[in-house]
Amino acid sequence: MQSQRDLPPEPPSSEITPESAFMGRRDFLKNGLLTAGTAALVGSSLLWLAGMKPPPDAPEPPPVAQGTGTGAAPAAGQQPAAGGQPATGGPPSAVAAGPPTAPSTRGPYDTDEALTSYQSVTTYNNFYEFGLDKGDPAQNAHTLVTRPWTIAVEGEVAKPQTIDIDTLLGWFTPEDRVYRMRCVEAWSMVIPWLGFPLADLIKRLEPTSNAKYVEFLTLNDPKQMPGVRRPVLKWPYVEGLRMDEAMHPLTLMTVGVYGRQLPNQMGAPLRLVVPWKYGFKNAKSIVTIRFTQEQPKTSWALAASNEYGFYANVNPEVDHPRWSQASERRIGEVGRRKTLPFNGYAESVAELYAGMDPRKLY
Amino acid sequence: MATTPPLLAAGARPRAARPAPRRGTPMPWLRPGLILGALVPLAAMIVGTVRGTLGANPIAEVINELGLIALVFLIAGLACSPLRWAFGWTWPIRLRRDLGLLAFFYALLHFLVYVVLDQGVDLGIIVEDVVQRPFITVGFLALLLMVPLAWTSTSGWVRRLGYQTWTRLHQLVYVAGILAVIHFLWRVKIDISQPMLYATILGALLLARVAFWLRGRQMRKA
Repeated sequence: MQSQRDLPPEPPSSEITPESAFMGRRDFLKNGLLTAGTAALVGSSLLWLAGMKPPPDAPEPPPVAQGTGTGAAPAAGQQPAAGGQPATGGPPSAVAAGPPTAPSTRGPYDTDEALTSYQSVTTYNNFYEFGLDKGDPAQNAHTLVTRPWTIAVEGEVAKPQTIDIDTLLGWFTPEDRVYRMRCVEAWSMVIPWLGFPLADLIKRLEPTSNAKYVEFLTLNDPKQMPGVRRPVLKWPYVEGLRMDEAMHPLTLMTVGVYGRQLPNQMGAPLRLVVPWKYGFKNAKSIVTIRFTQEQPKTSWALAASNEYGFYANVNPEVDHPRWSQASERRIGEVGRRKTLPFNGYAESVAELYAGMDPRKLY
Repeated sequence: MATTPPLLAAGARPRAARPAPRRGTPMPWLRPGLILGALVPLAAMIVGTVRGTLGANPIAEVINELGLIALVFLIAGLACSPLRWAFGWTWPIRLRRDLGLLAFFYALLHFLVYVVLDQGVDLGIIVEDVVQRPFITVGFLALLLMVPLAWTSTSGWVRRLGYQTWTRLHQLVYVAGILAVIHFLWRVKIDISQPMLYATILGALLLARVAFWLRGRQMRKA
């Protein structure tokens, strides 16, 4: 046992912190830290469970679509767009850098509604091949390799063939088209596409008179597309149109958006846009175009035929079984707006469905 | 959680070398930690709204996040008793009332954002949604069931109703939990893996209760 002599002199009792205060301060510190630690653990677990993470940044805009502008000038006179539309903004300028550009003029098929921002258009996407969250495609689609890329033309055609994408793009001069896009999930956008009428492509592919439908297949490559490793939908993604729908001048094969090449997450290098139908009809990253006699078995109709039909025409009066289609949220706006029949394109397309029960056209 | 029985009876304070707890509640940091942490997602949503970092469709984003957090708290509250049976832990029970109230708080916010921001207080549409769309009907019922539970969550109400009646009333939380999971399951578009995960956890917690009751009955018989 130590004796008092071995210890240094005690400080005067006035300087000794009372035991209760000493213990209290230690408790206070300890409890403060434990409270903060618990709060951090609970808070971060909740953020993780609710999947709360900041949305992806808009991609660096890629240069303008290949096959236009630079180098080999598009053969203007050589390939007149038979019955085609006037290129509203003229051929887009081939600027490699700088901000995405909106078309300066409006053609007969363009809406004059305010454009949805480039940021929203390129980061809020349904492209399940790259994940189920709207931000996943922008995050994951960098693994998609769009060159080299070929498109197989099959089925009821004069000559089945496989076409290189750059060859195909060389046939057309992309034009600006500002379309409304209405998702079946009751949100909508206004998007300045860059593309050419599907009708022009179909005429070149020479389908036979047996062709009643045209079917589009999306790339199905688990190495490039993490989403197809899970059987969420039947892969490859299949979409299709009746021939008269496909030949309609509104129906667009798109290669770009905002004056730039289509970013991967939006379906590069070749994507269908059918503005009077719900967005899931817009087949992305197309690798096969097949002309058929039978109505194609589309992926969403196979997954839930009572919710997603073949026609999928925008119709405010036919509700999705689980939500109303009467209104929609335009991305960037707070209030909802009324959904228009055929997404506002009734004047152009309603005649295609004369005599058909509109309630069956979902 | 009704009342917290003192862990050490008065006078039983041991005269050990280690000082006995000087305050009544063990782990006094637990509840404030939980409540502070529980408010983190709400704070994140408010900051995200102000800074505009919630993505292209912030209203849909906020509705989904609020609903999911409400479900997490509801299930966490249902885990308290099974945790005590399984591990003998008593601390989850002391958090049960807070967990239930947090679940109600987030569920109410979830509903209010839907009513005010998503539908612009269009009562016609909202009534139609609640009546015609099964997934909204069950979600709305779950919220309604939680109202009397939140209302009678105080110790005063336990006394007023009597412990037995109060307990029976609060067993409605099982129904609310099941309805909330169905609400989630019917809402998702195609990939049901996430709602199925919550359904499985809820199912396990309810099964644990069934097993506990059955064992209790057997023991009473014996």
